[in-house]
Amino acid sequence: MAKEGLGFEITELRLGLPGGGGIEKNEKKRVFSEISEEEENGKCNGKSQVVGWPPVCSYRRKNSFGDKDGSKTSKFYVKVSMDGAPFLRKIDLALHKGYSDLATALEKLFGEVLKDADSCEFVPIYEDKDGDWMLAGDVPWEMFIESCKRLRIMKRADVKGFGVLQQREVVKGTLKE
Amino acid sequence: MMNYFPDEVLEHVFDFITCHKDRNSVSLVCKSWHRIERYSRRRVFIGNCYSISPERLIARFPGVKSLTLKGKPHFADFNLVPYDWGGFVYPWIKVLAETGIGLEELRLKRMVVSDESLELISKTFVNFQSLVLVSCDGFSADGLAAIAANCRFLRELDLQENEVDDHRGHWLSCFPESCTSLVSLNFACLKGEVNLGALERLVSRSPNLKSLRLNRSVPLDTLQKLLMRAPQLVDLGIGSYVHDPSSEASNKLKHAIQRCKSIMSLSGFLEVAPRCMSAIYPICGNLTTLNLSYAPGIHGNKLTKLIQHCRKLQRLWILDCIGDKGLGVVASTCKELQELRVFPSDPFGAGNDAVTEEGLVLVSAGCPKLNSLLYFCQQMTNAALITVAKNCPNFIRFRLCILDPVRPDPVTNQPLDEGFGAIVQSCKRLKRLSLSGLLTDQVFLYIGMYAEQLEMLSIAFAADSDKGMLYVLNGCKKLRKLEIRDCPFGNAALLEDVGKYETMRSLWMSSCEVTLGGCKTVAEMMPSLNVEIINESDQTEFNLDDGQKVDKMYLYRTLVGHRKDAPESVWILGDLTRSEHHEPSLNDMIQDMKLKNVSGDDDFIIWESNNFKLQGNFSVYGYNPFIFFFHPVVGLGVVASSCKELQELRVFPSAVFGAGNDVVTEEGLIRR
Repeated sequence: MAKEGLGFEITELRLGLPGGGGIEKNEKKRVFSEISEEEENGKCNGKSQVVGWPPVCSYRRKNSFGDKDGSKTSKFYVKVSMDGAPFLRKIDLALHKGYSDLATALEKLFGEVLKDADSCEFVPIYEDKDGDWMLAGDVPWEMFIESCKRLRIMKRADVKGFGVLQQREVVKGTLKE
Repeated sequence: MMNYFPDEVLEHVFDFITCHKDRNSVSLVCKSWHRIERYSRRRVFIGNCYSISPERLIARFPGVKSLTLKGKPHFADFNLVPYDWGGFVYPWIKVLAETGIGLEELRLKRMVVSDESLELISKTFVNFQSLVLVSCDGFSADGLAAIAANCRFLRELDLQENEVDDHRGHWLSCFPESCTSLVSLNFACLKGEVNLGALERLVSRSPNLKSLRLNRSVPLDTLQKLLMRAPQLVDLGIGSYVHDPSSEASNKLKHAIQRCKSIMSLSGFLEVAPRCMSAIYPICGNLTTLNLSYAPGIHGNKLTKLIQHCRKLQRLWILDCIGDKGLGVVASTCKELQELRVFPSDPFGAGNDAVTEEGLVLVSAGCPKLNSLLYFCQQMTNAALITVAKNCPNFIRFRLCILDPVRPDPVTNQPLDEGFGAIVQSCKRLKRLSLSGLLTDQVFLYIGMYAEQLEMLSIAFAADSDKGMLYVLNGCKKLRKLEIRDCPFGNAALLEDVGKYETMRSLWMSSCEVTLGGCKTVAEMMPSLNVEIINESDQTEFNLDDGQKVDKMYLYRTLVGHRKDAPESVWILGDLTRSEHHEPSLNDMIQDMKLKNVSGDDDFIIWESNNFKLQGNFSVYGYNPFIFFFHPVVGLGVVASSCKELQELRVFPSAVFGAGNDVVTEEGLIRR
């Protein structure tokens, strides 16, 4: 479709710039990287972040990403009771990466060694969303923190009479992932 | 001929015309059509709440029953607009209430809605039926409680992506036992807990309920009970979806879901355990709409397995964790797909799971009916865009967002001008376009040349010079909304054709090169525009130097002058004496049309001029450069929008001895 002399070349669609020139960086143009550097220096966010970019509406930002945006919308605070302890405690399950981490935290709270399952006289159980009492440690951690409503550290001796699901010998590694 | 139709006949004919644009055209034909149309108008759409006042709305459309209002500019979604910028609905409600309008439907987008407004609505409009709030803020659960308690015939309460202060969850319990009219209930965006028993009872007594979207707090067992009570649902939004697939609860849910044979639209999964997705496979075959964009928990092969069951999908909203391979599954499964939106699951991360140009190409090849796209991706190539343009020439909306907005084609290292150029050249029906990636002035040349139907254009970090903006303003005749950030466009581009802005709804420019002086010039030349400067810096005074670059400018056409509710950070430019609204007189309008010498007469009006230039296409009877016979059906509205250079106009009566029902009036002279 060459229309020589009519200056139509400019309208020809092809890959590459007309004239085959390189990319001219106009001095006036604010390049994204300059702006994101400014923002970074100002905010120290660690990653390139420019106000309003990428153009995701603020409601979606707050509700569909992980906590990388800063504000975490959901907390997983649950009550923890321990047989024999006078007071209940509360912990945020979201702060822990897994069952082992949770065990460490519970030990700090109550001072009892929970990890060594064989000699441990306590059994960790939790009440799930259906209202059933379950043995902690069976389901993946993410599923656990979503369904756990409260925790109870129960004396092993009391287990048989309680109606805990999946009743069986409390085996080693109940608090391992 | 038109004289012989009684009004009732015309009104009946107009009943069939529902599209706003068509009704607007109808109203410009002649005086009697204008009158009949305005009295019979029930639905009014106002794209910018500051372009008109509620008083004038009611004066023209006293029978209005359904009102749609939009407030803040689009970029408010991305935190570029101060929270207190404006867009308050209360003044509208107040006036509607005071003038006795029988409002039945209210749809608001990006507006500030106070609890007071909601209470006033609920107590004033006896027949109020439908409230749809999209991306609004300013209200709490108390306002919702008022709506629930007082709107006896409520059919629709649809809350989409609003920021609501709803720590008190009692609102749902406020629906009285007598309320049985609900058709649509969407509270997915609320964070708080609701009374589950009240919810169950409400659904039980709502036999017409077709659409139900729950929030996170509604647990699985409640979902199961609701589905048992409402098997007629067409649209379902699931809140919490966490269960053990082998449990009794899961079995009950499967059974309940299978009874819902009418569900065509599915969304939510705000809390999800992905192992349980198989329970919904039975209804996937009927789905035409699937929105999993708030369910990051569903990914990988769980996601693709789900999609493989959805052969009838027309609209799919997902997160980019679907990956290119997952999009391949979409391409081979969803042959009816029309709309695809792929959102970023982690906008600042390494993006290992994100999609690239490959996924888009696959979808374009497999889904020939694709006409609407929103695609956040890591990278894009010209070759891919050219292929997509060939595969899918039917795009109406094409919005591409490359997460690094100045990224060139990674294969050739070239800008993406050619790729987007191919899109606009191929997609002749394109109405909305969002650009990203490394772009020069060239892409705008293509847009100006080819995007003839383009109505909305969003530009960021693009172009090299004013030429880019000029190509668009000169070329895109149907442009209504233009929003620009971080581009090197300055006063030369802004001021080239200020009259153009009156043909558009609005123009947004932020972090560009326009100065205060340039913006002031626009305001002075165009009293029918509000030119707003938004300055959120800590300075208490605006720097009054005309050479100062403006951080954010938002201008829009208006018939009611400067708004009075702007916060301190917003400065409305222009001659302050013109801020009082006045009806444009015949003289004003004639000035605007560059005509001279009016001699008014009862039957016809003659203007005389030395020069005459005519542009535009329309039917003309007896065309002569200086005399213009005019059939009333053509309408002065057509003249106004086509003939920008018109200097002489002569309007003759079509029936010299007629009653004058069809005579054009001064209203026809007001440009749309």
